[in-house]
Amino acid sequence: MLYAFLCCHDEAIVNSWTKEEDDAVLAKRARVTDKLAARGKLGPAVRLMPTTAATTVRMGREPVVLDGPFAETKEALLGFYLIDCDSLEEAINVAQEIGRDEKVVFEIRPVKVFVSKGKAS
Amino acid sequence: MTDVAWIDPLLRSARPQAVGALLRYFRDLDRAEEAFQEACLRALKNWPVNGPPRDAVAWLVLVGRNAGLDDARRRSKNDPLPADGEISDQGDAEADIAERLDNSHYRDDVLRLLFICCHPDLPAVQQIALALRVVSGLSVKEIARAFLVSESAMEQRITRAKSRVAQADVPFETPGAAERAERLGAVAAMLYLLFNEGYSASGGTVHVRLPLCEEAIRLSRLLLRLFPGEPEIMGLTALLLLQHARAPARLDADGAIILLEDQDRQRWDRDMIAEGAALIEKALRHRNPGPYQVQAAIAGVHAHAAQAENTDWGEIDRLYATLERLQPSPVVTLNRAVALSKVQGPAAALAMIEPLAKPLSGYFHFFGVKGGLLMRLGRADEARIAFDQAIALAHTPAEAAHIRMHLDRLMKDSQPA
Repeated sequence: MLYAFLCCHDEAIVNSWTKEEDDAVLAKRARVTDKLAARGKLGPAVRLMPTTAATTVRMGREPVVLDGPFAETKEALLGFYLIDCDSLEEAINVAQEIGRDEKVVFEIRPVKVFVSKGKAS
Repeated sequence: MTDVAWIDPLLRSARPQAVGALLRYFRDLDRAEEAFQEACLRALKNWPVNGPPRDAVAWLVLVGRNAGLDDARRRSKNDPLPADGEISDQGDAEADIAERLDNSHYRDDVLRLLFICCHPDLPAVQQIALALRVVSGLSVKEIARAFLVSESAMEQRITRAKSRVAQADVPFETPGAAERAERLGAVAAMLYLLFNEGYSASGGTVHVRLPLCEEAIRLSRLLLRLFPGEPEIMGLTALLLLQHARAPARLDADGAIILLEDQDRQRWDRDMIAEGAALIEKALRHRNPGPYQVQAAIAGVHAHAAQAENTDWGEIDRLYATLERLQPSPVVTLNRAVALSKVQGPAAALAMIEPLAKPLSGYFHFFGVKGGLLMRLGRADEARIAFDQAIALAHTPAEAAHIRMHLDRLMKDSQPA
């Protein structure tokens, strides 16, 4: 089963990391994801720009275009991984491994449809 | 990671909002800072045992507020003190205060905290130093190092700035729209000063000062998160990102300045450029241009050119013309002249800067540009005079060294082969 690991984090904290702290987190995570990639388990992984770069389009009778993320929550969606796991149990283990020593929150969601075509794939 | 290493970024990121809220509560900067300090000490004791609270800012505000009240009671010797730590894990109280201190409150708290640092009577350096101390929470030692002064001198400056600010009487009511816009403008200008202090390295060495640029970007992003629909704050953030993206390519191994056109563009930070470009695009949709947006757009044109010779100088000339209209200044005209020299040649540019000789008579870059234009026109003697004037006005060894390089080139060219 393909799972999406949605990384939710307090953006103020992530933005307060120094470059060294940021690099250290990425390097630590890469040690886990590299192993998954080697086994052909890792799908696309995405780190999103800060929510300040976000634009929200709300459809209705008149579509409304707003600056910022769709919800003003403390923890914002900052990125995601797609990883092939044999079971939810394994997915939970993977989340704990990737997030070790961090204050990140992972929402694990089984993927229903995965389309990958063209440049963005 | 050690056991408590995770607490540091939490406290750092919570500081502007927590101190801002405590300032609204106590209406006194020193008391707000002391209360926050006390809350941080209790957090360092409490969090490793109980884990991080759901809402660190709310926790720090609540604990800080109670600590400040305890302190006041201790002074008046009225009520007995509550046992230490009693307040720390009252879940309901925490949730309650989190409810009340919602985002709309926080954003005016943070804005007010930044705004009081921008008192117009304070010289730029004091504004920046105060913001670094109060909003960012840098130690006096760290700030003193960044400004190359002794710790005691910086301590004095900050104390003086604080007492000046205390007399200023900034209103604590929720500001109206006009008031808020005015505050945003003043704060944006201060953040730009902070960035430039790090960027231009007036006196300091670069590695000490890069953190000032990073802090300016962090605070600018924070401001934009609180005011997501402000195109000028998008422009400011984009401008800082696009300029900072060039930092890895701006100086050579000896610390000498590398001009934009000679920089190794492979070393520019692509992530920052992409984020800056995204913010410019968002800002443009508002169709409400301002100086930061236009300057960001100019930086964006440079960032877009893979090679210096691909630069769209015509577009840059047009953008500077817009900037001249929005914010007339001799320095803007000087920059426009540089763009014009690429489009129409050095003679046209020289004519454009002629009227600037008087207002910019003490400005290093004026003589640097003038010398460069004269050099291109083959007027070596006049160029040498301009370069000599530039060296006399240089702020840093790197600036002086850069001009000396031109002089050496002139000397070499004038010698018989």
